[in-house]
Amino acid sequence: MFNAYQTTTLQFNPTECNGCGMCYTVCPHAVFNRNGRTITVAHAENCMECGACQLNCPTNAITVDSGVGCAAAMMYAAVTGKREPVCG
Amino acid sequence: MSETNDRIVRPTTSVLTWANRWDHILARWAINRMGHRVEPGLYALGNPTQDSPVFVTANYTLSFDALRSALGGMNAYILVLDTQAINVWCAAGKGTFGTDELAQRIEATGLRDRVSHRVVIAPQLGAPGIAAHEIKKRTSFKVEYGPVRAADLSEYLTRREATPEMRRVRFTLRDRLAVIPVEIVGGLIPLLIGAAVAYLFGGWVSSLAVVAAILAGVVVFPILLPWLPTHDFSAKGFLLGALVALPLVVSSWQGNADAVGWLRAGKAIVPLLIFPPITAFLALNFTGSTTFTSRSGVQREIFTYVPVMAWMFAIGIALMIGLPIIRMIGG
Ligand code: SF4
Ligand code: SF4
Repeated sequence: MFNAYQTTTLQFNPTECNGCGMCYTVCPHAVFNRNGRTITVAHAENCMECGACQLNCPTNAITVDSGVGCAAAMMYAAVTGKREPVCG
Repeated sequence: MSETNDRIVRPTTSVLTWANRWDHILARWAINRMGHRVEPGLYALGNPTQDSPVFVTANYTLSFDALRSALGGMNAYILVLDTQAINVWCAAGKGTFGTDELAQRIEATGLRDRVSHRVVIAPQLGAPGIAAHEIKKRTSFKVEYGPVRAADLSEYLTRREATPEMRRVRFTLRDRLAVIPVEIVGGLIPLLIGAAVAYLFGGWVSSLAVVAAILAGVVVFPILLPWLPTHDFSAKGFLLGALVALPLVVSSWQGNADAVGWLRAGKAIVPLLIFPPITAFLALNFTGSTTFTSRSGVQREIFTYVPVMAWMFAIGIALMIGLPIIRMIGG
């Protein structure tokens, strides 16, 4: 209740992963855990869907529906029926 | 821009002047938004050699100045990308601080002739825009991601590795205070309109209440964010708005002591219906200024709370207008 942020669109496919650790490096919210070359998703609920891990993964082992979490932009898009603009 | 122009190396220092600081204040207040621009291209800090490190940043004065002032006493190159005077984090989200721009800027500036190594250090918050392996493929330069905060750069450079702590984004009180001016500037016009409309309908008290509800949303909310109960921004906003409305409820209840029960209660409840949605709406909008709300989460918030805000507000206005009319008709 009162928590809209419990689920995330982040998906990690361990079989594609080569263990390079880039996702671990770029994530600003410590979502991934690294143990040698084994990567796991440790804190999915912290993911802000910034997309850094997906973009920097050389093997496409990660997908995330990224975008700025900007309410004004989303409401504007919903009202006008336009494609979602980015903030700023 | 001609090719020779692109290959110019401009000198810079790590010293921030008063003019720089004044520029930062204006930038924080969103004054002259596109004016805080640095010419894109390659800069020499101190006297860099072919072994000196190369740092990448955005052509926004706050980003560029934070980087160069954190590199005091160093000889280095700074590669400034054209992000249209937008900071690294927002520009990475838009893709202007991005793979194409970095690859193109590395080539255009002739960076490979300036340094013998093949490494550029990009800010970690630029990672949502840059695919490091793509840069490597296209330019042979390896992208290393530095720490989130420029202040951690010197420690990062000595270890050549960021600690997990340096990799995490925080949204400290200081960070939150830094975005309040922009929120105030953004809320100014609704504030003036709201105050004027409220004055016409309900006089000074209503007008002040509108100002209080809006300021609660754009100033008090960012400060109290981590301490307000519940997780959702809208829910936090409703609670804060209810607190702001409470004095009005009490004064209305006491001021209408001679009215019949239902009218007295109805009048007292009006502020509770009108003001919390205003604060909650502003609070929901603040998600765009934070560094941790996810897009799908904000979407869920919009679906859950915006209808509630709209209904409460509409019923509140209807009661405010309707109650006196009913009393006039029905006695
Ligand atoms: S999308 Fe961003 S926050 Fe989420 S796991 Fe990837 S890097 Fe971390
Ligand atoms: S970036 Fe991709 S390949 Fe590298 S560790 Fe993460 S998931 Fe595995």
